[in-house]
Amino acid sequence: MSLILIAALPFLGALLPGLMIRSGRTACAWATASVTLTALIGLLVHAPAVMRGEVIQYQLEWMPLLGLNVNFFLDGLGLLFAGLILGIGLLIIIYARFYLSRQDPMGQFYTYLLLFQGAMVGIVLSDNVLLMLIFWELTSLSSFLLIGYWKHLPEGRQGARMALAVTGMGGLALIGGMLILGNIVGSYDLTVILQNKELIQASPLYLPALILILLGCFTKSAQFPFHFWLPHAMAAPTPVSAYLHSATMVKAGLFLMARLWPVLAGTPEWFYIVATTGLITMVLGAVIALFKDDLKALLAFSTVSHLGLITMLLGFGTPFAAVVAVFHIINHATFKAALFMSAGIVDHETHTRDIKRLGGLRHLMPVTFTIVMVAGLSMAGIPLFNGFLSKEMMLDAATDAAWNGNHWLVPALATLGALFSVAYSFRLIVHTFLGPKRDDYPAKPHDPGFGMWAPPALLAVLVVLIGIMPALMVGPLVATASSAVIGGELPYYSLKIWHGVNAALFMSIAAVAGGLVLLALHRPLDAAWIRARRPEAKTIFDAMMRAVTGAANALTDGLHNGAMTRYAAVFTLAVILAGSAAWFGGTNPAPAREALAIGPVPLIGWILLMVATVCMVAFHRNRLLSLVLMGIVGLIVSVAFAYMSAPDLALTQISVEVVTIILLLLALNFLPKQTPVESGSARRFRDGTIAVLGGLAVGGLSLAMLLSDFSQESISAFHLANSKPGGGGTNVVNVILVDFRGFDTFGEIIVLGIAALVIYAMTESVLNSPVGVWLKKRPINPHEAGDRHPLMMVVATRVMMPIALMVGVFIFLRGHNEPGGGFIAGLIVAIALVMQYMASGFDWATARQRYPYHMIIALGVFAAAFTGIGSWFADRPFLTSNYGYFQIPPMGEFELATAMAFDVGVFLCVVGAVMLALESLSRFAHRAGDRPSPYPMDIDPSRDLPQEAKDA
Amino acid sequence: MEYLLASAIGAMTAAGIYLLLRQRTFPVILGISMLTYAVNLFLFASGRIAINLPPVLLNKTPTYTDPLPQALVLTAIVISFGMTAVVVLMGLGAYLSARTDHVNLNEGQDDSAEAGK
Repeated sequence: MSLILIAALPFLGALLPGLMIRSGRTACAWATASVTLTALIGLLVHAPAVMRGEVIQYQLEWMPLLGLNVNFFLDGLGLLFAGLILGIGLLIIIYARFYLSRQDPMGQFYTYLLLFQGAMVGIVLSDNVLLMLIFWELTSLSSFLLIGYWKHLPEGRQGARMALAVTGMGGLALIGGMLILGNIVGSYDLTVILQNKELIQASPLYLPALILILLGCFTKSAQFPFHFWLPHAMAAPTPVSAYLHSATMVKAGLFLMARLWPVLAGTPEWFYIVATTGLITMVLGAVIALFKDDLKALLAFSTVSHLGLITMLLGFGTPFAAVVAVFHIINHATFKAALFMSAGIVDHETHTRDIKRLGGLRHLMPVTFTIVMVAGLSMAGIPLFNGFLSKEMMLDAATDAAWNGNHWLVPALATLGALFSVAYSFRLIVHTFLGPKRDDYPAKPHDPGFGMWAPPALLAVLVVLIGIMPALMVGPLVATASSAVIGGELPYYSLKIWHGVNAALFMSIAAVAGGLVLLALHRPLDAAWIRARRPEAKTIFDAMMRAVTGAANALTDGLHNGAMTRYAAVFTLAVILAGSAAWFGGTNPAPAREALAIGPVPLIGWILLMVATVCMVAFHRNRLLSLVLMGIVGLIVSVAFAYMSAPDLALTQISVEVVTIILLLLALNFLPKQTPVESGSARRFRDGTIAVLGGLAVGGLSLAMLLSDFSQESISAFHLANSKPGGGGTNVVNVILVDFRGFDTFGEIIVLGIAALVIYAMTESVLNSPVGVWLKKRPINPHEAGDRHPLMMVVATRVMMPIALMVGVFIFLRGHNEPGGGFIAGLIVAIALVMQYMASGFDWATARQRYPYHMIIALGVFAAAFTGIGSWFADRPFLTSNYGYFQIPPMGEFELATAMAFDVGVFLCVVGAVMLALESLSRFAHRAGDRPSPYPMDIDPSRDLPQEAKDA
Repeated sequence: MEYLLASAIGAMTAAGIYLLLRQRTFPVILGISMLTYAVNLFLFASGRIAINLPPVLLNKTPTYTDPLPQALVLTAIVISFGMTAVVVLMGLGAYLSARTDHVNLNEGQDDSAEAGK
């Protein structure tokens, strides 16, 4: 099966549980299991080839320019991890079917589980580190969902949040580290990175990259001081804990350290950071585990300890230690998953996980007892079980490690960790299952059904088989996976029970003996532990989170406290400062152009503009007056466009000006006509200062730009040269709009249409709210209303209507070669229509409006889209245009280009959007009872004539 | 000419910013419109000033005005109308629903008074 399919299957399959849950819980579990099983089989098909030493690859280009490709590869390490993830995942799915109660939404559970599984498989199969980072973040997110699965439990929610905060933070660091690594090598492909050990380790950026990557690994793998999230994640349902903390989530960090081992390991930095962290974590986790009464908490800290052990082994940086690490990853996954599931069984059957309330379960739950004993003895490192083998090899590796020249520190601490490990493992077995039967269990304990104990039992069988016949069971797997980690020749090692009398054997015997002594002394030690003052990680974490959120809130509130004026002021100042910093911090070209002479016409225009602008600010409290002044500004701007060789812009600006002013007038009808004095003089001074600063900055920037030459050659020359031969039009502006940058224009008309629909929707919601009723009752001031539909205006607009429409058509048709085009024509036609509304009233105009404006917008978008699609049929890219010339007799020669069909779309969209916006606003007036007369004109002499006269 | 255009852009920006900082919706909308003029002119000015040059290809003249900023500004003008219309309607809806056209959450909330909070 293709590697991408293996990684994608769980994601695709995540859709199944939600559907299958309707057919019952068992069907849902089967569907989920079949997805994982398929992926597992797909993976195992590759196993023989990988065992032979081949590397399976799959490559798909995604964004090659960024170095982001969907590249997967499968080597020994990937096979080991993917096998663990899918294999144990399968067991967990079966187990969860029986563990979850009827109240738990099982479909959701399996969906989350499969999402998580897919993300994990993605991590271990990724060849591209950027792709791996995506999967890495996905595991953080999907594990958040899994840990917080019991949404009703506050501990579940807090644990999930803590896990997300810690692993997410580490994920951010990891992104930085991986990007540095990719930059050093010049490729984001792991297979390339793994071949550049010397380059990476010689780079000055090696240490920053190492620290950032390790932050990601340590947070994910719960290494000290980030170990605290893992025990809190135990609030999740047990299948989740068993899955996340034995084979997957926490192993992701180990996987990455193993994956990058060939290029990162071997330096003193690596040894001191990784081995030390691992050593501390191993001992600390083991010590804490001994004093935990909650079965799952005990297992959680034991997991922390074992993760520390593996980290330490990887940190040693020797090939032998790496082999041991790989071997222990397999062993730990088997016995820890079995133990977690058994703890879940105990919890499920006795309704408690408190060791102090348990004991004597041996005869009540014989099957569970057997499983826990096998797995627990393996965890303690007792011979004949697989944990023993890797522990012996670990101790052996530890004897070779010298910490800062000290040869006994590492072995001694490793033995101490092993000692506590023995103690808590025996405590788990002895205090839960041995001892006298009690009569105060919260529920009557008994062994669960087959479906629930079969998965851990299978793992327990594996524990024994690997323990007895290691070379036969996992020898080849360890060899291939280890050679993938080491990236070279395998060191000498042998997987067997008896290694002869050596140092490790004595350390092991000491650990077991010491562990038993510790267990015997547990009661007084426990009392002392409870009395001792210990730092509580959750309190520290909560305090830090509070501090961070407090600081973030203070910053946000300080900048944006609900007062928009303050926000706008802060924003404007920030923009001015950023711009000034860029201006004064960079180099600026000296003025290279002579200023053009100032003629009398521009000077007059400038004076008018300045006066209007100043008056607008001075008299802005009189809203009608300020609107008039704004109209003047807009007019002068359009004249300026015309003067500066931009007739298209002038036409557009002046027609937009008309509709904008009408729009604002319609709104002003309902808004207060005056702005009250609210700001004190200090406020006005402050605002004035900001405004003047902003004006000076923008003005200065404009002047500098106008007086300097282009810093790079303008691309306009291309447009000028290709407009006629390529686009078939001589009006380059229009050709750019409908041809060169047609795709932009297509987006823009869609935006315009959406804006109009938003306006329509808002109008509807406001008018249907109590406001609509209030508007209806609003009294109309007849004095203000005056002569609503003056005869002269009605007649004039009716006469002008066809002329205006014809001008619109004319402007549209000439647009490709002369100033004009769809935008301007649309605006002109819209103005012609609006005039009818204004002159003859809403009712009169609506009654004659046959096509809803929504439809016109939609037609416009469709016209543009289909024009674009049409070029596909000629095997050209979207929106490629073609053209030809035609004679339309009275009007002369016209050109018909496909771009014109596109321009029709623009035209329709503009008409529809402008009209829908204005019509929506006038519906406010209509709702307010503005129905003056059913007649189009207030005065109509024919109405006043007697009936006889009309008949005549 | 350059000085006239630059100073006009600057003046319109200043007026726009000042109105933008007012506390009622209508002046704020006018301020945004003024900023729109300034920004459009600024974009247009990036093609430098050309007077009496054809924007349309003719056989007679060898030089033309820069068509690219014009095309960009043309759509900007139309889009800014759409934006103004949406903002106007939001302001109108807010005024009709809340019976106030104050832009701040708490009416009369003076942002400078909030600074010490």
